[in-house]
Amino acid sequence: MKVKMLSRNPDNYVRETKLDLQRVPRNYDPTLHPFEVPREYIRALNATKLERVFAKPFLASLDGHRDGVNCLAKHPKSLATVLSGACDGEVKIWNLTNRKCIRTIQAHEGFVRGICTRFCGTSFFTVGDDKTVKQWKMDGPSYGEVEEPLHTILGKTVYTGIDHHWKDPAFATCGQQVDIWDEQRTNPICSMTWGFDSINSVKFNPIETFILGSCASDRNIVLYDMRQATPLKKVILDMRTNTICWNPMEAFIFTAANEDYNLYTFDMRALDTPVKVHMDHVSAVLDVDYCPTGKEFVSASFDKSIRIFPVNKSRSREVYHTKRMQHVICVRWTADSKYIMCGSDEMNIRLWKANASEKLGVLASRERAAQDYNQKLKEKFQHHPQIKRIARHRHLPKSIYSQIQEQRIMREARRRKELNRRKHSKPGSVPVVEERKKHVVAVVK
Amino acid sequence: MQAAKMNALQTIEGLLTLSQQEELVDLPNSYPLSASEDEGDSDGERKHQKLLKAISCLDEKNRWKWTERSEASLQVSEFNMSSEGSGEKLVLSDLLEPVRTSSALAAVKKQLNKVKSKKTMELPLNKEEVKQIHREIAFNKTSQTLSKWDPIVLRNWQAEQLVFPLEKKQPAFVPIELVLSGWKARTPLEQEIFNLLHKNRQPVTDPLLAPMEKAALKAMSLEEAKMHRAELQRARVLQSYYEARAKREKKIKSKMFHRNMKKEKARKALKDFDHLWKVNPTAALDELQKMEKARVMERMSLKHQNSGKWAKSKMVMAKYDLEARQAVQEQLAKNKELTHKLQIISESEEEKRGTKEEESLVPDVLNEVQMCTDGPNPWLLRGCNSDTKESEIQPDPEQQPEPVIPKFPKTEEDERPAAEEEILLKGFGESRSLRERFQLNRDTESVGCQETKDSSTQDILAKLKALNQKLENRHSSKQTVSPAGTVLQVQREECIPEEEESLLLQRPERVQILEELEGLGKEEYFQNKELPRPLLKWKQMKRNPNNQTDSPKGKKKEQMIDLQNLLTTEPPSVKSLAIPTAIEELEDEEKQNLKQMIKEAFSGDDVISDFLKEKREAMKASKPKAVDLMLPGWGKWGGAGLKPSAKKGRRFLIKAPEGPPRKDKDLPNVIVSEKRNIHAAAHQVQVLPYPFTHHQQFERTIQTPIGSSWNTRRAFQKLTTPKVVTKPGHIIKPIKAEDVSCHSSKLGLSVIQSVTAQPTGNKKQKTDKSFVD
Repeated sequence: MKVKMLSRNPDNYVRETKLDLQRVPRNYDPTLHPFEVPREYIRALNATKLERVFAKPFLASLDGHRDGVNCLAKHPKSLATVLSGACDGEVKIWNLTNRKCIRTIQAHEGFVRGICTRFCGTSFFTVGDDKTVKQWKMDGPSYGEVEEPLHTILGKTVYTGIDHHWKDPAFATCGQQVDIWDEQRTNPICSMTWGFDSINSVKFNPIETFILGSCASDRNIVLYDMRQATPLKKVILDMRTNTICWNPMEAFIFTAANEDYNLYTFDMRALDTPVKVHMDHVSAVLDVDYCPTGKEFVSASFDKSIRIFPVNKSRSREVYHTKRMQHVICVRWTADSKYIMCGSDEMNIRLWKANASEKLGVLASRERAAQDYNQKLKEKFQHHPQIKRIARHRHLPKSIYSQIQEQRIMREARRRKELNRRKHSKPGSVPVVEERKKHVVAVVK
Repeated sequence: MQAAKMNALQTIEGLLTLSQQEELVDLPNSYPLSASEDEGDSDGERKHQKLLKAISCLDEKNRWKWTERSEASLQVSEFNMSSEGSGEKLVLSDLLEPVRTSSALAAVKKQLNKVKSKKTMELPLNKEEVKQIHREIAFNKTSQTLSKWDPIVLRNWQAEQLVFPLEKKQPAFVPIELVLSGWKARTPLEQEIFNLLHKNRQPVTDPLLAPMEKAALKAMSLEEAKMHRAELQRARVLQSYYEARAKREKKIKSKMFHRNMKKEKARKALKDFDHLWKVNPTAALDELQKMEKARVMERMSLKHQNSGKWAKSKMVMAKYDLEARQAVQEQLAKNKELTHKLQIISESEEEKRGTKEEESLVPDVLNEVQMCTDGPNPWLLRGCNSDTKESEIQPDPEQQPEPVIPKFPKTEEDERPAAEEEILLKGFGESRSLRERFQLNRDTESVGCQETKDSSTQDILAKLKALNQKLENRHSSKQTVSPAGTVLQVQREECIPEEEESLLLQRPERVQILEELEGLGKEEYFQNKELPRPLLKWKQMKRNPNNQTDSPKGKKKEQMIDLQNLLTTEPPSVKSLAIPTAIEELEDEEKQNLKQMIKEAFSGDDVISDFLKEKREAMKASKPKAVDLMLPGWGKWGGAGLKPSAKKGRRFLIKAPEGPPRKDKDLPNVIVSEKRNIHAAAHQVQVLPYPFTHHQQFERTIQTPIGSSWNTRRAFQKLTTPKVVTKPGHIIKPIKAEDVSCHSSKLGLSVIQSVTAQPTGNKKQKTDKSFVD
């Protein structure tokens, strides 16, 4: 008798080695996997919900300062090291992994106005209200040594800000004028002025390193060229700009944090209209810093919150606040683009996750795949009302919330008024002005 | 003389000073008067006149006349003559006119000219203005330098994925010679191996590559590669042209045209053969023999192969019918027997190879399946068989595929009809083959020689093939032994694709029409038996020349069409013919139709009735439908021919409840659509989101799933790649020009060269150190 047997090709089910993955036969016949859109929609919904559930961005608070934290600086070589200067002239160096202060220096009398690290990470510079620029070693003094600055430069006027060149041993200070210093000399190489008001901050361009930007109290932003030792152009905005930050991936883009609650992203070559106006804060924006990937930036505001904006969006994607956090004076995005630090009035430095719901630590490959998939699903269904509603939901303290409402009403009223005026006047006499163009007063050549 | 000269000089100097004075633009109004004019009387008079003049000059027309005496002259007339006549300033040349005549004053003249040509300096600009200009220039310069980042920024925005940190460490390409140079044999085994290598003079360290490999590496320079590529591109383009042309020609329905073409081809082949006959009669005869033999071989190989229609039909039936299965198996056995016999007979090596190839003509799968139908697992057996076969083939160096492959295009080209493109293509082919030959010659000369020989013989063979039938009548054939290998090679090239196609053909036919095919197969079988030899040959001829251009579909059609089949089945072409006639009619009645349409459009009754109809339909559609839950056969017998009872039907029919009354119930000329579901609408996107321009785009993106249950693994990975990837714990530095430039220019070769160009000493030291450690 002949017995019929099922015979299969062993190539289809036998692994070549033990280390190979098991072959999993899959049938991609679409009839076997129906309802793809509803299923993915539900997955996206769940992913969005979980994102909100796991959104716990606050990591740590570094306390130890005895006055408000006025300035922060990143270490260029070490991710775990952060420097901070307080309003009582104290500078502290922190270790983020231990969340401890590793060194304290009484650097100045009065405020520490600015702090910056040298590109090699061996020393840092501070400027204070006592009209001095001091250079300090990054490593602490050895036993028995006195804590002393490497160099001290006595100036004639108060310096309000400092920034170090990204490649050369040169730094720039600002005050009455923008001075560019050689590290080895006690006199500035060149000083550039344009106008007579005091200058708040100065920043070097990280890519084309000879370009500087500064903002002054007379509402303007001035750009300088270090090589040619001349100012380049000046743009005057509605209100004072507190500081600017250059995009580390796009040489000609910078963002200005303004007193009129907005941030303005400019293309340096066309200053007459900002590329984008970022509006969400309800009080003056005090500091701004770019994510090292150049896709987002974080802003600190007087309204006791920090917000994260995508570069190409005018609305923030995230807002961070805590009950105890007061006016945030300075903010920095860490060099690995994962964390955000902010220093505030109530003497604390806070550490946040840049992505609120991101899981820290090493991810298994399957975990990562699932994460990527969820991310894509969220992106795909982001316009669906339910998902959008959940993803957008944020809790805000009452003060900010009410201020937002108030400002919305004000804006609406202004808009209505303009509409009415347009309606009742000769056509064309009240032109429609773009939001972007409203805030630039003039560009001075 | 000298005194005179001095005098003249003095006068000229005086004039010079005068002219300079004249050039100073404004003279004060109250010009100091000379002492001789100081008398009061004349002065008063003069003043009076001046006043009068001034007043008269106030009249606008005469204003230009108002002039001031501007030069101091020695002779001042008492009548107050001024230099009024010219109305212009005094010009130097006028004063110099008397001097011009004397040639002695040339040097002075020159000086004068120089003075005249000099211009006054312009006033320096305002300090602020200067600064502004500087700023503007500097700004333009910097914005120019910045604009070099534009493409990079754009690229980064458009990039599918950005991985930070951007700077990547170049994988250091270190040639193995460098690595090995610092390495020494230590263990006894290693030493032994090295000894052996040294004995055999194998290159151990420095030139690790064999000379042949080196030659291969160097064979193609960049320019050569470029040329080669361009050539290939042209060839491809020409080929596509050619294919398009062939397609077009194939589509031509005119029988006359095809007949002519065929005749032309045959004539040409005949001519070629005649030429050969004249030049080298023995060779021509040889070719004839070869052709004949090739044909015989092909025929033999096709015997009992289950590729005939009868066999196919049997195979279809074999599943159900034992007899059919046996018949098929018999067939196969016969085939095997035949092929085996050949193997036994053959003695010389060449013939052996020939048989092997012939074996390969027969589809292996069939044989093996047949062989081991009783065995446990045919798949396993097949694997063993193939292994043995491979081991058999391997020792033959000439059989390896490398030298054979480049010949394919050549033979194909020769089969094509002559045309411009073809000539060009041929040119390419020749050049290519030349290059190959050149390269091969470098390596091993013997192989190249053989190849050329082979190709030449094949050329002739292919040409002659088309001639076969015609020449049969003319020449009596003598049997001469030909080099079987070459002939068989050609045979293989032509036969294998055909057979593969036929194997593939089996499936769709089986699926389509089972019963019909059986009949068809039988007919085919009989036909094959009855068909006389020449006809078969003709068939072959027909198939062979357009071997390349024939798509499998075309083949299928060719096989399907039989005389009997045509008669029995309904011609499908009739239907297709009907369409154009209808169109013609339409064209004729276009005007009438238009009128009718207009009539219809404006006849009010129709519109209203249409609307009513539409509304009725809408109402019907919106009515909730009854649900029938009856399962036929449940509790009673069911099946074909049995009617389920009406009682059960009534029992399991769930009537839908009357819905709410329609909103347009009382509105006779309105249809209110109530399709919109409020509950669903809360979950639906109301406004088209920003980047999309049409709702269909958006819907399509939503409808394409990205999950792994709908996509393959690779596709899933690709679909879910995040836009920005950052590594935890890595410092991301600002973008640098170097990073970007190294991204753009990545050529493996250049990298290798740069590495090899480095001084080797350092490496040695490094490697030494590492080994010491």
